Amino acid sequence: MSTNGRRPLLEVEELVVRYPISRSFVGSHARRPQRTVHAVDGVTLTVEGGELLALVGESGCGKTTTAQAVLRLVDTEAGSIRFEGRDITGLGARELRPIRRRMQLVYQDPYESLDPRLRVRATVEEPLLVHGLGGSKADREERVREALVKAELSPPELFLDRYPHELSGGQRQRVAIAAGLVLEPRLLVADEPVSMLDVSVRAGILGLLEGLKRQGLGILMITHDLSTAARFADRIAVMYLGRIVEEGPADEIVENAQHPYTRALLSVVPRRDPRDRRQPQILQGETPDAIAIPPGCRFHPRCPLVIEDCKAIDPSLERPAAARTPGHRAACIRV
Amino acid sequence: MSSLLEIQDLHVWFDLEDGGELHAVKGVDLLLDPGERLGLVGESGCGKTTTALAVMGLLPPSASVSGRILLDGKEILAGGVETIRPHRWVDLAIVFQGAMNALNPVQTVGSQIVEAIELHGLGKGLEARNQTGALLESVGIPAKRAERFPHELSGGMRQRAAIAMALSCNPKVLIADEPTTALDVMVQAQILELLDALCRDFGLALILVTHDLPVVAQVCDRGAVMYAGEIVERGSVETLYHTPRHPYTRLLFEATPDLGDTGEVVSIPGAPPRLDRPIAGCPFQPRCDRAFEPCPTIHPGLKMVGDGHAAACHLNDVPAVTSL
Amino acid sequence: MSVALREPGAVIESEPIRSRRGLVWDTIRRRPSALAGAVILSIVILGALLAPWIAPYDLHKQVGPVFGAPSRSHPLGLDDGGIDMVTLLMWGARVSLLVGFAATLVSMVIGGTVGLLAGYFGGKTDTVLMRITDYFLVIPDVPLMIVVAAIWGPSLFHIIIVIGILLWTSTARVLRAQVKSVRELVYVKRARSLGASHTRIVLRHVLPQVAPLLIASTVLTIAVAIFDETALAFLGLGDPSRISLGKMIENAFQRAAISTGAWWAIVPPGVLVALIILACSLIGGALEDALNPRLRVAHLSARSFRLRPLVGRGEEAV
Repeated sequence: MSTNGRRPLLEVEELVVRYPISRSFVGSHARRPQRTVHAVDGVTLTVEGGELLALVGESGCGKTTTAQAVLRLVDTEAGSIRFEGRDITGLGARELRPIRRRMQLVYQDPYESLDPRLRVRATVEEPLLVHGLGGSKADREERVREALVKAELSPPELFLDRYPHELSGGQRQRVAIAAGLVLEPRLLVADEPVSMLDVSVRAGILGLLEGLKRQGLGILMITHDLSTAARFADRIAVMYLGRIVEEGPADEIVENAQHPYTRALLSVVPRRDPRDRRQPQILQGETPDAIAIPPGCRFHPRCPLVIEDCKAIDPSLERPAAARTPGHRAACIRV
Repeated sequence: MSSLLEIQDLHVWFDLEDGGELHAVKGVDLLLDPGERLGLVGESGCGKTTTALAVMGLLPPSASVSGRILLDGKEILAGGVETIRPHRWVDLAIVFQGAMNALNPVQTVGSQIVEAIELHGLGKGLEARNQTGALLESVGIPAKRAERFPHELSGGMRQRAAIAMALSCNPKVLIADEPTTALDVMVQAQILELLDALCRDFGLALILVTHDLPVVAQVCDRGAVMYAGEIVERGSVETLYHTPRHPYTRLLFEATPDLGDTGEVVSIPGAPPRLDRPIAGCPFQPRCDRAFEPCPTIHPGLKMVGDGHAAACHLNDVPAVTSL
Repeated sequence: MSVALREPGAVIESEPIRSRRGLVWDTIRRRPSALAGAVILSIVILGALLAPWIAPYDLHKQVGPVFGAPSRSHPLGLDDGGIDMVTLLMWGARVSLLVGFAATLVSMVIGGTVGLLAGYFGGKTDTVLMRITDYFLVIPDVPLMIVVAAIWGPSLFHIIIVIGILLWTSTARVLRAQVKSVRELVYVKRARSLGASHTRIVLRHVLPQVAPLLIASTVLTIAVAIFDETALAFLGLGDPSRISLGKMIENAFQRAAISTGAWWAIVPPGVLVALIILACSLIGGALEDALNPRLRVAHLSARSFRLRPLVGRGEEAV
């Protein structure tokens, strides 16, 4: 249950997503063992309305797959996804349709996510047409305008008849957001919403998301950029090899991270101030494939605090001893 | 001591399909001393990559170039690609974003480096292979991985291999164009640490081309900020951060979120100007929050504003203005 | 934690136009090869269409001796029946073009549908459809045509069907590849995630994107179809009741035009067929070039960047 007693907007519990690696012709005939990628290996998280949760991690950690699973774009092997209190894990396409209206996705690439042949008006209108909403053409036009204004493309007349190639990257991303907002969703999943935009434009888009959040929208933001997460998220969940290894309020995570992986990540993020050169804790090697997950704690091969027990025990998320706020949890037996 | 690399009044134009021209680089001046690390910073379209390509002589046939490029005091641009090419790999080397662009997918990593060494007459056969092994070790790749193909290596390893290849002929200057942009933050840290160590151990000068200000702050000694094809500010990285003398530099820092800072994060409204038309006055003026009377009509040149610190902004001519 | 927000502004950037709208028209206008092909094809089609009205002589009336030599009133001479060659060419082109276009239509419909379904749905549909395509691919065309002509009789309709059945496979493959890649485009995936129906996605997003390629493929197929018809007619498998360009050549051959030295009975129809095929190839080839930037080899050219004199500066150099 959330802090104010209402059910959270999104509840994910012990989510597991795996997919097999297709074997080569020879491989399948030689009966080599089927290898599976454990993309998401038991993830539990919640997102409330009016809150921005940042799902942070490096490539291969499973954050994007988690987002896709939440939107039911990939099949789950185990675990449950509850949206607005209703279990949507096993629903078929037809039952999902009305639910899909209330959860929308914003893609990373503003240059590819808009059909270059459609004007802005048509792109933002399309969700209404697909779901058969909006009544007359005039009604739809009105809703399109409202969505554009909400995305801070104002006055909308200036943008309605433009083609994507006539807009800047930031404007395109706003169009994509407007197309997501036109259905008045409750949850927005933003997959690296600003990573392909110039720095000078990012804060505008993130500020827009923040404003929407204040109006009650729940936002699940996928990002690899800890600095962005620190600035704009209410809560941060750090993923490694398919699991959440630490989560908590954003400020707490940034200032008082407990899990060794989180601490290492935070230490290597470059700072703006050249005089602020702290000792980075650079981990050796790279994140292993999600095919062969190490036994025990999955982080133990690279962990600076590793002890013998770590190779045997797979820790669950618990409140660390040095946590300063409730809601701060880390999966490590040493904290 | 004269500079190792000197770029004077570099201009680059690109032919456009409709017959016009894009003035991508407008009068860039840069100095690079031996062992120095310079960050060339700017957002997309500012001309930083074009500048790097010009120095390497890698511009396409649709480009025209003017200016002077002096390597150890010797002019190398005067004869076009013919005078620059002999210096490639031997004096000037480049590493690109996405190392797959640099590595031949059907050749093993080791053989590509051996080839480079042999082609430039720096060793043959066994000697070349030994050099390759040592080079790979110095970039953190176990020598036995030399027999791997690029696709068998992870992203970070490939970038290291590309760096090794760039260093195969002991260049004096390494240009790294967005070397870590596509990499995870931990791998980025590894690569940056590697570049740092290599510059120290090999006495390399480094030009780091990137849009990422914190990376420059961490790795470089000096920085040059580019906007709309021009250098708008130049100085030590400390100076650029603590006392910027161009509004764009200041705003760019303010637009970058930072873990250690709880201040506001701003965005800069508008977009850079089109480079296929002449620009009146200061190119940043339409977006500048401090623009005043001379800005729309008079183009501000790059002028000294401190020790080794130059900026192109009219505000620096106003004595009453102390901070930008 | 606040964010200083300023209006984004309606500044239009200097990005080059990457849209593919009007690509076909653009290509024809811009590339000389495509333009030449379009002009030639237009002239031929116009001539063929207007044949009933502008042909100089009657198609069935003998106006001179067998294999009459070219003269002022008959610039291309007369055929084996004493009929004016120019007239014959116009009527013959009519039939050849008709067969060419009709067969292409058949093959486009089949090939387009197969390619679209295979590329869009993938999986089992794809495998099954591609197997079928492969089977059709290996059928040898001439023996098939002979068999069909022998069994069904050589009517124009049958010819069209046969050629159509032989030609759809390459369209199917090309289209399948493109549809597959379009399907992976982000905005298509977005439409899927929105819950858009397949029909909607195909009509609104996929088809417009593959249309230029489809047109290029169509044009090239026309060339092959006309060639096939000509070959068929030449082999005597064509419709005996209609005069096509291939039939004209066959007739001339049968009636010993070569030994009589009547080159005007053989060469003009052959040249016309070649011209039509050339025109189609030029247009289709130019379209393919325009559509596939990877085919451009500018980066392999020996030219390099050019130098210009120093610009210099007005103010003090720093």
